Amino acid sequence: MADWMGLSGRALLAGVLSASLTAGAAFAQEGEPIKVGILHSLSGTMAISETTLKDTMLFLIEKQNAAGGLLGRPLEPVTVDIASDWPLAAELARRLIEVDKVDVVFGCWTSVCRKSVLPVFEELNGLLFYPVQYEGEESQRNVFYTGASPNQQAIPAVDYLMNEEGVERWVLAGTDYVYPQTTNLILERYLKDKGVAAEDILINYTPFGHSDWQTIVSDIVAFGSTGRKTAVVSTINGDANVPFYRELANQGVKAEDIPVVAFSVGEEELSGFDTAPLVGHLAAWNYFMSVDTPENAAFIADWRAFIKDDKRVTNDPMEAHYIGFNLWAKAVEAAGTTDADAVIGAIVGLETPNLTGGVATMLPNHHITKPVLIGEIQDDGQFFVVSETPDLVPGDAWSDFLPGSKDLEADWTDPVNCGNFNTVTKVCGAAAP
Amino acid sequence: MRGFARFPGACGFARSLRALAAFLLLFVLAFGLRTAQAQEPAGEAAPAFAEAAPQDLAGIVAGMRDADLSGLRASVGALGALGEVEALPVLQALAAGTLNQSASGAMAIRIGPDRFVEAATGEPLEAASLGALKALRINNALRRDIAAVIGGLTLRNEDPAVRRSAAAQMFASPDPANLPLLEEALAGEEDSRVRRLMEQARAAILLRGGSASAEEITQAAGILAARGDRASLGLLNGALASAPEAARPALQEAVAKVRNRLAYWGIGQNVWSGISLGSVLLLAAIGLAITFGVMGVINMAHGEMVMIGAYVTFVVQNLVRTHHPGLFDVSLAIAVPAAFLVTGLVGVAIERGIIRWLYGRPLETLLATWGLSLIIQQGVRSIFGATNQNVGNPSWMSGAFELGGLTITWNRLWILVFALAVFALLLVVLNRTFFGLQMRAVTQNRRMASAMGVRTPWVDALTFGLGSGVAGLAGVALSQIDNVSPNLGQGYIIDSFMVVVFGGVGNLWGALVGAMTLGIANKFLEPYWGAVLAKIAILVFIILFIQYRPRGLFALKGRAAEA
Repeated sequence: MADWMGLSGRALLAGVLSASLTAGAAFAQEGEPIKVGILHSLSGTMAISETTLKDTMLFLIEKQNAAGGLLGRPLEPVTVDIASDWPLAAELARRLIEVDKVDVVFGCWTSVCRKSVLPVFEELNGLLFYPVQYEGEESQRNVFYTGASPNQQAIPAVDYLMNEEGVERWVLAGTDYVYPQTTNLILERYLKDKGVAAEDILINYTPFGHSDWQTIVSDIVAFGSTGRKTAVVSTINGDANVPFYRELANQGVKAEDIPVVAFSVGEEELSGFDTAPLVGHLAAWNYFMSVDTPENAAFIADWRAFIKDDKRVTNDPMEAHYIGFNLWAKAVEAAGTTDADAVIGAIVGLETPNLTGGVATMLPNHHITKPVLIGEIQDDGQFFVVSETPDLVPGDAWSDFLPGSKDLEADWTDPVNCGNFNTVTKVCGAAAP
Repeated sequence: MRGFARFPGACGFARSLRALAAFLLLFVLAFGLRTAQAQEPAGEAAPAFAEAAPQDLAGIVAGMRDADLSGLRASVGALGALGEVEALPVLQALAAGTLNQSASGAMAIRIGPDRFVEAATGEPLEAASLGALKALRINNALRRDIAAVIGGLTLRNEDPAVRRSAAAQMFASPDPANLPLLEEALAGEEDSRVRRLMEQARAAILLRGGSASAEEITQAAGILAARGDRASLGLLNGALASAPEAARPALQEAVAKVRNRLAYWGIGQNVWSGISLGSVLLLAAIGLAITFGVMGVINMAHGEMVMIGAYVTFVVQNLVRTHHPGLFDVSLAIAVPAAFLVTGLVGVAIERGIIRWLYGRPLETLLATWGLSLIIQQGVRSIFGATNQNVGNPSWMSGAFELGGLTITWNRLWILVFALAVFALLLVVLNRTFFGLQMRAVTQNRRMASAMGVRTPWVDALTFGLGSGVAGLAGVALSQIDNVSPNLGQGYIIDSFMVVVFGGVGNLWGALVGAMTLGIANKFLEPYWGAVLAKIAILVFIILFIQYRPRGLFALKGRAAEA
């Protein structure tokens, strides 16, 4: 309820607050600057997560400029604040493309933001790199999904719990909006396919910013006391996590007894509280700050130098922007131009190293290959990687576990060139759910 | 200095350890300290040292260097085969994450900031000489193993409290392999509380094991039915499927008994959760009951006052942490007056600067305070950053205790106490002080009060300051259960208005009854309808209620109502 209020309130003031901060001076390169749009919330509910991504983009752009820019031209960031207000996001996306004439946009966090701006990018033929794990069931020509799709995060996490921890009963707890709903739909289907009975799955939704978790944690404890191993799969988003974990800790739910695996809790979220009572709870991501590779060490050191804070953490969506930015830069160099059609044509199949020692490849469905890491929370707010997929997992736009989408494939290369190709009827655009 | 005992035999890699051990032996002999077990002479070669599984402490500990999780698992198993005195420190350090491998080759246990001891010997180590340290990391499965091994090792400990936790651990992870150990300990146990726990653990193992006789199962079912908690229910249910026919009625009876008991306590738990939620609502709303209820100012920035109170707590706690770490547990007590003063002053400033120009114009007041709330939010975001701030729970506000079948968390209990204290204090201020008298006079009849010589503008400012200060107090409490982020206040503003409108505008008792009613109703609906629907239902209920009683539960009557 508070959010309706907050959102419409922000809409009122958004025009005032969302001054377009055109930061970053061009360096000594020749030529007209290439404009990079940054479309994140710098105020409102989502500012907590998205401000860091804005800084990440400024950091990447500064690094690229220091290395000589792109095509001999400097990069120029154009930052706008969508103020956690999704209709405003669509307006600002339009302004970025039409008025500021940006060549590419990096932005959005929530699925509703992406869904709001998507028609704009389609209509104006822009480019959007979207850096956050999401529910899948989408592939669009102008959008590149550098975060995880469900088969790159949720499914491997459930597999880990099932095989390594011997979990038999499942609580699917989420915030009440599109990403948790769709992910839980996929997971429920997947678990049932694996032979889990309906009474062994408890699905629970809470409003955004839910702060009183007493009843739900009691319910979880009750559900978990049948003598069979129980785990919680959490798609709880944003601010609600801190009170949730606090209540868990206070009611004495230990990770050894009922582990919680989260898809939206990373280093950045954990930096807000004392993690000692949470040790052993899990998170599934494609990157952890604790991964020990030279690329990662260099990235962290550079980032801390840029942000002038030697305690600042890094997280998975930051890596997604890093990969997305590098892939776009490579595509521009390969195409020799920043023209959207040329970049879309050039980018599929390009590779760039990720920060965990693997290679991210842009797939024809505009998703990328990623390793899947499962980490346990440590008392210093970092994750200890307890499981890693042996191979890179290619992102799947359409889930194989939902009846409406299991026959669909996305392929933005010739001859298919469409986002929802039905492999049975061989028709494009059919049977989209 | 710990009396470590067994010395490494003649294995190649343990030469330096052997030197340490010899030193330790001398030390022990010289000072006549009690050593736990007889030891082999330091220089003598151990007979037929097995390469595959080092069986002495030093060997096991050395083998943990660079071990993967399965290697560590084997080490934990091997440690379990050693005696309690030897293995316990290493196991506890591994579980706590204080066991480190150092670049210098030592395995070091961190026992304090920059203080280390050698894991196998207990010998103090020079922190500077260790080089880079890497803590050994463990996962949940290993954590469970360690807890079980520690439980097994400490069953015969001298301290009853340790034996109790060992028995509780055996109950929590019943392993048939531990049954002989447990029965042996049980035979020698004299403390009745420990005995009862051990019997429960034995019952758990019998039910889990699946090979117990019908008679044993019947007996175990009786023991668990008497214990009667959820864990017992789980064990009983689990045993039901595989139990022999003869034991089934006893199990079913036990299950029914535990179920009944839990259902009965479940209602109590709901009431408690409701009261607790009610106390949070009361705290959030009580300041508003003054600014909106008494003064009639629609203050949309009320939530931000709560948020500022939480940030004051954060700042106070940080100052305490850096300057007087020993006072951490009382940092909240320091934060209470600080938050009241800061938010109270902000409130006075808002009243003097903005609201006093807008009296009698509710729409403008609403818009102005709304805008103000956004400005304050963004201001805090600019100063402190958008991320959550870490406000710690003092030790007396962490954890929970059992009251019969209820689980009551300490932080919620203290917040309830705090809310009632604030409420009582406010009643006293309003009804028993001169300021309270003036305040009531001004709100009931401004012109008359002014004619009697009351400086109404100052009373307005102080009243608004009081309401804001109380909101700041709420922030101190909420910092313990919610995020300390710029969005903190938004989550409570609607709830606060609901409480005040429902309870009756202008009445503190209304706020109390309103908050408790809404809290308990919410918690009774939530298990059936889910959190989202429960909240919607409450909102619909209030809308309907307001249709019938526009002035809320406790409407002011008479001349006061006209003000």
